Parts: sequence; C-alpha cells; structure tokens
Amino acid sequence: MCTTCGCGGGEPKLDGQPHAHAHAHDHGPPRPGRRRVSLEQNLLAKNDALAALNRQAFAERGILALNLVSSPGSGKTTLLEQTILLLKGRVPVVVIEGDQQTSQDADRIRAAGAPAVQVNTGKGCHLDAHMVGHALESLAPAAGSVLMIENVGNLVCPAAFDLGEAHKVVILSVTEGEDKPLKYPDMFAAADLMLLNKVDLLPHLRFDVDRCLGYARRVNPGIRILHVSAQTGAGMEAWLAWIEAGRREALAARAMAQA
Amino acid sequence: MHELALMEGMVQGIQEEALRQGFSRVHQVRLEVGRLAGVEVEALRFAFGPATEGTVCEGATLEILEVPGRGRCQACGREVGIQARFDLCPLCGEGFVALTSGTEMRVKDLDVD
Repeated sequence: MCTTCGCGGGEPKLDGQPHAHAHAHDHGPPRPGRRRVSLEQNLLAKNDALAALNRQAFAERGILALNLVSSPGSGKTTLLEQTILLLKGRVPVVVIEGDQQTSQDADRIRAAGAPAVQVNTGKGCHLDAHMVGHALESLAPAAGSVLMIENVGNLVCPAAFDLGEAHKVVILSVTEGEDKPLKYPDMFAAADLMLLNKVDLLPHLRFDVDRCLGYARRVNPGIRILHVSAQTGAGMEAWLAWIEAGRREALAARAMAQA
Repeated sequence: MHELALMEGMVQGIQEEALRQGFSRVHQVRLEVGRLAGVEVEALRFAFGPATEGTVCEGATLEILEVPGRGRCQACGREVGIQARFDLCPLCGEGFVALTSGTEMRVKDLDVD
C-alpha cells in the first residue's frame, strides 16, 4: 500500500470494481529539503467558522435568520415584499439582498418597509458567511427580528455555503420544471422548507405537482412543503405562521440561554 | 461555479498555516475531493492558478485525489458504491444510501520548504 495516500490496499471499490486512479501524484516522500505538512483542512473551513460566528450573533439576539434560495425568476423578491407587508406590525423584518449587480432588489424591499442591505457579489455566484457578517454590522437588527437573506439566484453554489442561518428555504415556482429537485438535489437536500410559488398559475400550465413533491421528498424525506402565491396571497398565512413559530423558538432559546 | 471561491478560501487557509508552521513556499498541494461533493475537479484545477497568484502557493502543483461515493443502504444494510448522491441502492434497488465517503473536500497535505 502507498504510505502517503493510502491507495493500493483495501481502498474503496466502485460497484465492486477498483476505482480508476490515474496515480498522477507523487507517491514518494517529499524531495530533499522539503517537508510534508499534514493539514486535513476542509475547503469550507473558513466559511464554516465565520458562519458559526454569525449563528452565535443570531442566537444572542434571538434573531431568526432564513436563507432564501432559488433559481433566478422564481419570485423570491416579490414573495419577500409581500411577506414584509403582511408581517408589518407583527414582526420586525430586515433583509440582506444578494445579487451579482444592481441595488434594485434592496430598493424594492425598502419601499416595502424593511431595512435592507444590498450585497453585490460581482463575479461571485453565491453569498458567503463573510459577506453576511459585514452586512449584519451595517444592518444591526434589533433583538427578536427576522432576518431574510435573499441569496443569489442559483440552485447550485449557495447550497454549499453556510451563512449561519437557522433554515434554508428553497423556492420553486410552478413555471419551472417539476424535476428541479432531482436536477439540483443538493439544494433541496439542504433546505428545511420548500415554498412552491406561483400556484395561481397552475390552471394554465402542465406542471405535475405530485410528481414535483415526490421528487423533493426523494432527495429530502423530511422537507416541509407549502403552496403559495405571492401574487394572490394564497397560502401566505401558512408561511407567515411558519416564520412566527421559528421566531418564537429563537426568542425562547435566547431566554433559556440567558436564564 | 463556486470552485474559484473554494480555491481562494483554501489558499487563505494555507497562508495562515504558513505563518503558524513557518514555511514560505508550497511546492505541492494534495486535495481530496469526493465524486459526490458537487464540485468539478477540472474547474478546481482551472481556478487554482488565479487563486494562488501572489501567495505562498504560487507555482505549486495541485494533485487531486478523487474519492468515490460509498455508503450503507438503509434498506438492505449492505455497503455499496454509488455514482450519484440520491441514487437508490444499486444492489437491492429499495433503499437510500447513507453516505460514508464521497462528499469530502479537504486539503490532505502540502510539500513545503
């Protein structure tokens, strides 16, 4: 067996076959004058450490943080606007908006009545814990707030980056394919709640709801699913109740920690 | 395409390690990447060059050790290899497979001086 990478003896087999291994890497010891440093460092370690700090800051202030993820065009921003309007006077909501370019979404959110910070990721395809940490500094949400983080529209990359949120909420609109949960399983596996949005359009579409929900549960048997239309308001009360329950939990956990 | 961000984060971690362990140049980085980790190995290789410019890793070679997906079937209980994260057990076709390997993404070691 190779003593540096462990291949060559008892290594995992793929479907009973030895795995293809090009052995392009150097199996020998490091060259004279060099030494080998063992790291075992996860590539996401840096992000995960910053996410843990965000999570701690949320816990100390009893803030419920939600990470909203979806493809572009699923109706995330409209859903957020309506959520803010409906929660007005019930729950303080603050928003971090992630987009590659423009501050149009943050402008829409502020017009709906919630403080918002726009993060432009430039070439980046996702928000990371570092960006959220800095956005928090300028937002300074009050204790007991609900923080909605609208991630960059992308069903791939945001799945990997923990922001410190309590839950990922994946939004899928019925104008998309019903097989999205199978095509982008990581995101649906990472989410605790799925909002099936734009359900008011169902009569005009050939979208098989049962098949879609079956796919979502296949990759994530425990996922909660709510049917909503941000446009007509259908199903919004259940979504608001889910948010308020989460907020009560965050406040109760804070009270317990302080007791 | 978050491979560039992953490589930038990795290089940052290595820079910090260089201060801790007192090395100034990295000749080789060995990375373990699971086949089910959701990243493209070729994109990681592509991103490595730009991510290392002006750092202790500049000019280093990147070795990627791919780790196949493996796990235990929740229905028949056998250890199996799988090709995709949410495939059913290839042996019994009934159960989901609880992964034991194949999603890792970590720096294994560095050759430095």
